[in-house]
Amino acid sequence: MRHRKTPFIFGFLVVPVALYILLVIWPYLQTFGYSLTDWSGASSEMNFIGLDNYTKLFQDSAFLGALQHNLLLLIVLPLATILLALFFAFMLNVGGKSGTGGVQGVRGSAFYKVVFFFPQVLSVAILSVLFQGVYRTDKGGLLNGVLIALGIVDEQHPWDFASNPTFGLWCIMGVIVWSGVGFYLVLFSAAMQSIPKDIYEAAMLDGAKRGTTFFKITLPLLWESIQTAWVYLAIAAMDAFALVSTMTPGAYYGGGPDHHSEIMATLLMRNFITFGKAGYACAMGVVIFFITLVLSVVSLRVTRREKIEF
Amino acid sequence: MSTNTDATTGIPAQRNGGNDEPRKPVKEQRFADGGGVLNVFSHGFLALWAVLIIGPLIWIILGSFKNNAEIGDSAWSWPSHWGFDAFTRAWNKGIGDFFVSTVIVLAGSLTLTMLLGSMAAYVLARYEFRGNRVIYYFFVAGAMFPVYLALVPLFFMMKNLGTVIPWLGLNQYAGLILVYTAYSLPFTVFFLHSFFRSLPSAVHEAAMIDGCSHTRAFFQVMVPMAKSGLISVFIFNVLGQWNQYLLPLTLMQQQSSSDPDRSMLAQGLMNLAQQSGYASDFPGLFAGMTIAMLPVLVVYLSFQRQVQAGLTSATLK
Repeated sequence: MRHRKTPFIFGFLVVPVALYILLVIWPYLQTFGYSLTDWSGASSEMNFIGLDNYTKLFQDSAFLGALQHNLLLLIVLPLATILLALFFAFMLNVGGKSGTGGVQGVRGSAFYKVVFFFPQVLSVAILSVLFQGVYRTDKGGLLNGVLIALGIVDEQHPWDFASNPTFGLWCIMGVIVWSGVGFYLVLFSAAMQSIPKDIYEAAMLDGAKRGTTFFKITLPLLWESIQTAWVYLAIAAMDAFALVSTMTPGAYYGGGPDHHSEIMATLLMRNFITFGKAGYACAMGVVIFFITLVLSVVSLRVTRREKIEF
Repeated sequence: MSTNTDATTGIPAQRNGGNDEPRKPVKEQRFADGGGVLNVFSHGFLALWAVLIIGPLIWIILGSFKNNAEIGDSAWSWPSHWGFDAFTRAWNKGIGDFFVSTVIVLAGSLTLTMLLGSMAAYVLARYEFRGNRVIYYFFVAGAMFPVYLALVPLFFMMKNLGTVIPWLGLNQYAGLILVYTAYSLPFTVFFLHSFFRSLPSAVHEAAMIDGCSHTRAFFQVMVPMAKSGLISVFIFNVLGQWNQYLLPLTLMQQQSSSDPDRSMLAQGLMNLAQQSGYASDFPGLFAGMTIAMLPVLVVYLSFQRQVQAGLTSATLK
């Protein structure tokens, strides 16, 4: 049987592996090579310039600003999303009326999960159009409409949300949190349901309150899920391209006003497509690659108790 | 376990939120302890978030029935007449074509993704051979990095490929089908790998003893057994590829003025949103968005259990 096995294994693997190497691995590797050249992208002409792109990169104030913004995303997004998701997951699973049967989830928790999770399946294009409507800078915008109705905002001077130099990036983060909470809620909720109910019942018999059970039982047992969520959110925070490029002002790929909501991805695309600096753009790609790599490795080391299947 | 872990959670604001009141003396009360209050409290917050999710969606769908003046005048205006002319306009302005293009590409890419992904995952999961782990980690590593790192070289690779094989180049369905397939493989292989591992081997062994070939055992024994896993990952890929934005944005630009516009739906919608012509037609834009959202909504509501399982299972493994 053994001699029939090898052609079979080969036959099944050759097409997927070839396609994957050609279209995924090879481009990733090429990015490294191009980052050492002054290639414009338009011609086939390129010169090897060593690490010049990288030294230029770290003197480029626009890039350093973008890096800072990405780091801000890296801190705020996971924190906000995980806290909200944990809060809602706890409310869903342990928030219900308790009777003799012990702790129950709230009624309608299936409905809440379906609703909360929905934004996760929407395209960023839909999110972008949706929130361009919500963040509209005149009284026709949903958020301005609500704030005017509440009397917080003057009808003559509506807020400018995503175009605002200070709050623009926070508005983008709002969209990402809005769309992401449901996913992590379902994730944490599944993990919570795998915790045996008798642990809670034993704790409550011993006089523990719900809040206490959350911090002393649920949270420690969820810790691994939370760390995994952190990795996913950190990787998402390095992206955010589509929303920033379409929702913030700026002629090419947004990032405005005046680089105030610039992130590395928008800067990369602008240098590549608009400015014709393909080599420089690749150098940015490599920096993002290494930040992502370091983040993943650090997080995986922290979660090394898990069987790492990535 | 308790105090140390608490300190590392980083949730100081919630830590002492009414948890440490003195114990109630009556034993029966402990069970109902705070239950009623907490129940109202949780329903309040959950309902609030549900409104925050549903509200904007309904508001925007309503917007596709308003006219421009109504949309600009106030967020609270109500459509003066109910008609589908905005939907017709959006469909004719390109959404219809984008819809068809997307369906064409997805028909090809999903078939290829499922076929190649399950074949690779199966071999990697059930057969021992040199290099098995290397290839597996190779696939899985691809899921870790943002797609746009590969964009610049990928763009030129497809461009060069197009000069050799015209139907595989930029702005070609076949080219995009291959790219979608390649970028969907990491997650598909990762997911199905663990799924094929979890299947019992007895049936497979019985088939082999009966003289079944490896290929036939895969298609006639293992694939039917893996049906539920295949459905989950299929739905995941439908949603992921339907919503893909960055790849078509880079690869499906018109190469010349005679080149037909083969934009994908998400990309086309975004283009319309940014075109000046559409700036004065918000109802049309909102209607376009509704059209793009409907298939996702239908798939999601019909398969929400599998969708949730499929999307979250990767992290729970």
